[in-house]
Amino acid sequence: MDKKNFVIVNGREVEINGERNLLELIRKIGIEIPTFCYHSELSIYGACRLCLVEVQGRGIMASCSTAPEPGMVIQTDSAAIRKMRKINVELLLANHNRECPSCSRSANCTLQDLARKLGVSDVRYKQLTEKKPLDKSSPSLVRDPNKCVLCGDCVRVCAEVQTVGALDFVNRGSNAKVAPAFERGLCDVECVNCGQCAAVCPTGAIVPKSNTEEVWNAIHDPSKKVVVQVAPAVRVGLGDMFGMGTGENVARQMVRALKLMGFDAVYDTCFAADMTIFEEATELLDRISNNKPMPMFTSCCPAWIKFVETFYPELLPNVSSTRSPQQIFGSVARKTLPAKMNVKDEDLVVVSIMPCTAKKFEAKLDKFTHEGRPDVDYVLTTIELAQMIESMGINLKDLEGEAFDMPLGFSTGAGVIFGATGGVMEAALRFAVEKISGKELESVDFKDVRGLEGRKEAEYDVNGTKVRVAVVHGLGNARKLIEDMKAGKVAYDFIEVMACPGGCVAGGGQPISTVDNFRTKRASGLYKTDKERQLQKSQDNYLVEECYNECMGGHAGSHEAHEALHTHYQNRNLIFDARSTILRGKDEKLTDICVVLSTKGDTSKGQAFLGEVVNMVRANGLENKVNIEIAYSPKELDANLVYAVIGDKNVNTTLAEAVEIAKKCLA
Amino acid sequence: MQVINEQTNSMIDNLQVVNQILERNGYNPAKLIPILQQIQEEFKYLSKDVISYVANSLNLPASRVYGVATFYAHFSLTPKGKYVFRLCDGTACHVKKSHGILNALYAKLNINAENNTSKDMLFTVETVSCLGACGLAPVMVVNGEVHGQVTPEQAIAIVDELIAAEKAAK
Repeated sequence: MDKKNFVIVNGREVEINGERNLLELIRKIGIEIPTFCYHSELSIYGACRLCLVEVQGRGIMASCSTAPEPGMVIQTDSAAIRKMRKINVELLLANHNRECPSCSRSANCTLQDLARKLGVSDVRYKQLTEKKPLDKSSPSLVRDPNKCVLCGDCVRVCAEVQTVGALDFVNRGSNAKVAPAFERGLCDVECVNCGQCAAVCPTGAIVPKSNTEEVWNAIHDPSKKVVVQVAPAVRVGLGDMFGMGTGENVARQMVRALKLMGFDAVYDTCFAADMTIFEEATELLDRISNNKPMPMFTSCCPAWIKFVETFYPELLPNVSSTRSPQQIFGSVARKTLPAKMNVKDEDLVVVSIMPCTAKKFEAKLDKFTHEGRPDVDYVLTTIELAQMIESMGINLKDLEGEAFDMPLGFSTGAGVIFGATGGVMEAALRFAVEKISGKELESVDFKDVRGLEGRKEAEYDVNGTKVRVAVVHGLGNARKLIEDMKAGKVAYDFIEVMACPGGCVAGGGQPISTVDNFRTKRASGLYKTDKERQLQKSQDNYLVEECYNECMGGHAGSHEAHEALHTHYQNRNLIFDARSTILRGKDEKLTDICVVLSTKGDTSKGQAFLGEVVNMVRANGLENKVNIEIAYSPKELDANLVYAVIGDKNVNTTLAEAVEIAKKCLA
Repeated sequence: MQVINEQTNSMIDNLQVVNQILERNGYNPAKLIPILQQIQEEFKYLSKDVISYVANSLNLPASRVYGVATFYAHFSLTPKGKYVFRLCDGTACHVKKSHGILNALYAKLNINAENNTSKDMLFTVETVSCLGACGLAPVMVVNGEVHGQVTPEQAIAIVDELIAAEKAAK
């Protein structure tokens, strides 16, 4: 018998073709085995016990953790399997918060879906666990442990794909739960707010935080003018929620819907993306020609920024100081719109719609506020926008299209592709290569940096200047690239990082898609739009140029542009160091000074610095205004330097300079 | 430097002990559990600072180390007293009225199941499921020393002895 590479599934022969487990093999022939904890992009966990199948001669086993072997005879359904699956779901439901209609994942919930499919019509068990408190500490995400089924998808996506590890299991048995270290709030740990945990959660246990009520209130307040910016990736994700094709660009219908909802003006973040390229590519050229820190990393992605601030603070000088498109839009809107729309500064409300949960965090940062108010007031995710549209009873699919408002709604194709991995790089190359060579580009396509490969590399020879670029998406890929760089295995000049696998099109705030290749389809939607544009290079956006003339010092890299369109970063590396407090004031707002000492025979100037600072505080009677701490590091420190975080400044410099910085900070 | 106070010095001393344990284990993340065991042996419990420090030293997320520390009943995240009483509450000891001993110790030391360490940080009373010495039931282990067929009175006498020894040492 020549049946070497076949198994029998429900009486039919199926060829084994490199599938890593029975589950993949069985799904390939169109039988959707139910699962909670199985995720094709994550390691296999085998906890939910729903993917049970019967293998002849071996009994009932989990198909996710059984490798296919030639000759296996498999039954995917039997009275026993049916009963087991049903009772497993019933047990999960027993301790689940079953207020489904008020859950944001209602109708898009695997637990709900499976209970219905498996015919669980009655839950015979009493709810025994007490209601656990929700974690609402993060501006981006809300965790509801009462809806958690302990599948561990969030734990694994965070640790394996993102290499952050902000969540893990705590305790065990019936007390087990998923939580950050020391059960702190998400905002107090290394969470970068990317929201990939929410994207893989099969229930409503982790969801993007909703700000729709605040936005409705602003819209309904007649004294306010409410403007909105929409990020590139939103237009190729929103359609998913309205039965439109995956990756279809629905920008025009979306603009009409936003107008119907009552927004006073609808602008495009792609305008700000074009402006970002003016600044970022100019910065790159300046770094190349003036021997400034290289390579340069992109700075559009706030999850990546928090990642590098937390895990690689020594690379902060290499991160472009250009603000993200969202914040550039906020800055430009505050500068230009009050006059244009004839509205008082305080009555202008700036909303942004993002594919991203981390953008909520970014908009709330102190450095992006001006005279006490944020440049961007509210950030909504694509999912929230869809919910608002639905609540109006608008059927997006049937709407006629409308164009973005001018001038901040005008963009080139380069601004549009920002939403896909490689897009920022390509847009920057279209600008930089033309500037270096002084010649018009023959082709605007840089296809080497497109696609879903974890790391994309390319080298361009521009008039003898070699530009080596790399594009990574997913923070695990970013970490690998950084480690390779440190080990001297690779070297680049310019690196694009997006935190979410696939880039913003698959961001944590996008509708959760079960369609195969949804990342590619959404990215294609953006590249198609790019092709259809008459202008495909950011530098051709004449309205951006006009904006520079109007309020940004006339050209990219000007003093005004540096004030309004650039930023600085902070060292967040000390979140989890062992600490002790030297002096803690009683005032509400304290200036933090944290000095790092090594536990490996400290010879750094940290102790001397600490003495100077404490003397300075005492001499000026500032005891109640500071929080002075020591962080203990297992690393060895340079004997001539002070390592500290003063306010939000990262300091590793000489004693004299550190004292100067502290003086300024305390003044 | 005067600002480096006693607390800071003891923290550095403690973390240097942790360094030695980490070195002994070759900074191997796969040896996380033995590392935590050895640290707990040294300090009687795992403080948040120590958990963070171990996580940083091994390049593991703090959530992972905290997860491991909370998974095993053996690990304690609260400080324990100088003398740890492990009272067996397995089937044999239970039948032989171990709970009488437990209640006597609780009353004597003014502690309970939730707060099982005396205020002076001298005594901690824990129950364990089985010490494997059922022939001696009820059994109690005090800092590694096994006491068999214990009565409530004997348990109290052990406490008194230890208190007297502590006083004499001062």
